Amino acid sequence: MAEFILMKGNEAIAISAIRNGCDGYFGYPITPQSEVMETLMVERPWETTGMVVLQAESETSSINMLYGGASCGKKVMTSSSSPGLSLMCEGLSYLAGAELPCVVVNVVRGGPGLGTIQPGQGDYFQACKGGGHGDYKMVVLAPNSAQEMYDFVDLGFDLAFKYLTPVMILADGVVGQMMEKVELRPVKPRWSDEEIKKSFKWATTGKTPDREQNVLTSLALDAAVHERLNHKLQSKYKQMETEDVRFESYMCEDADHIIVAYGCMARICENTVELARNEGIKLGLLRPITLYPFPTTEIQRMVPQLKTIMSVELSAGQMVEDVRLAVNGKIPVNFFGRLGGIVPSPHEVYEAFKKEINK
Amino acid sequence: MKEEIIIAGFGGQGVLSMGKILAYSGIMQGQEVTWMPSYGPEMRGGTANVTVILSDKKISSPILSQFDTAIILNQQSMDKFENQVKQGGLLIYDPNGITRHPQRKDITICSIDAVDISAELGNSKAYNMVVLGAYLKKKPIVEMVNVIKGLKKSIPERHHSLIPMNETAIQKGMEKITELHTI
Repeated sequence: MAEFILMKGNEAIAISAIRNGCDGYFGYPITPQSEVMETLMVERPWETTGMVVLQAESETSSINMLYGGASCGKKVMTSSSSPGLSLMCEGLSYLAGAELPCVVVNVVRGGPGLGTIQPGQGDYFQACKGGGHGDYKMVVLAPNSAQEMYDFVDLGFDLAFKYLTPVMILADGVVGQMMEKVELRPVKPRWSDEEIKKSFKWATTGKTPDREQNVLTSLALDAAVHERLNHKLQSKYKQMETEDVRFESYMCEDADHIIVAYGCMARICENTVELARNEGIKLGLLRPITLYPFPTTEIQRMVPQLKTIMSVELSAGQMVEDVRLAVNGKIPVNFFGRLGGIVPSPHEVYEAFKKEINK
Repeated sequence: MKEEIIIAGFGGQGVLSMGKILAYSGIMQGQEVTWMPSYGPEMRGGTANVTVILSDKKISSPILSQFDTAIILNQQSMDKFENQVKQGGLLIYDPNGITRHPQRKDITICSIDAVDISAELGNSKAYNMVVLGAYLKKKPIVEMVNVIKGLKKSIPERHHSLIPMNETAIQKGMEKITELHTI
């Protein structure tokens, strides 16, 4: 039987990084994700797998350390929370532009500004619509349990190297702080330098006589060259939209109404669905697991059977815009959100849902 | 089986670690568990609480507004959580420092003098285990053998010599819980 460990989502991120062959973690502490680096420092992976763990002097610095590590074909990651992520956005745009793989974890707290240390989901736009400058996208994974925090580190690296792009794990204070049982999957060793040289011709592994000079940059002063790069990026994003949309449906088969929610709110809304079902209301839940690429097609497929859709978020209404784009005016799209670090209970969401459908 | 519990008191009383031991005991019994703390600028003397859910099935919301059981260890928590116990539910509290005792008539109310009992045991740090024992007497949702396994998993190995003392504290809690109101 598999062994289950009770751990916080944040601890699961750290343990998973070590067990999935991560080469380097660079970060700067911030609540509610400080346990990631704390756990790494306790585990001391540099003595076992050789993984580097380094506390940078700022978030700006840690994201640029990722640029350096990723350029060498290494599996590198960082984690932070909202204000720290804002500092990283320039670096994320550079990583996307230079087509470099990495995993970035954002355990979101309430904003804007320094905001609060309580949970939030107000960084959806930043994660899915840019954040940094230019026409880039990242795969954005939204875990809703400690187990998914563990599993998405590995999945994140797989996707980052499949597309040569930064991948974001967009968690929240609840998922980071909550303890649940986590199954430790089999260990994946770190790649050797030989494996990296063989697998990743793009990586800067050292100029040898038989090798052309290799420069990794997001800078192209020739507009025609730069447009070609942009088209290449866009074709990757199209491929993500066809091959890597992930979602989970709960009681949607016969639903008249659905809630769309991700992360901790998806857990809470699962309970709301049960409350509605107990009163004979056919409510279902669609949980996007990838926020980008968004499950647009799945929503469009469901629209004919539905009377309403409600997006439930810890924000003033961000993901709801993607839901509205998918629905394209065919049925009413409602919204319920709490702000500033307040997390609603399943009953509160249910009351808000009933108010909307009885309007 | 599904049991939704809030444990609330002062920081330093062992509220969070009691929740962790209970959750680990649940894992040892093959249950699904979640442990969701109030986190923030709490410190020793401030308030702390944790929601623990044990269930035979997959757990949905880790955040709740109503509980099967409330374990209340200070007045602020009494004010906040007495009304969040489900009808027919259970409230266990330590009367030490409580100025307004619970009033509800539609729930079972029990008290445990855990401060006194842990002082008698000569270890005030066993306070939370006395409370855990009291709870397990009323709701034997995890077997004692699994509680001991849970303790072993929750406590660092260098402190494993303290497990027999913790076991004694749990037994004392089981013996000394007093039922004040039954429905």
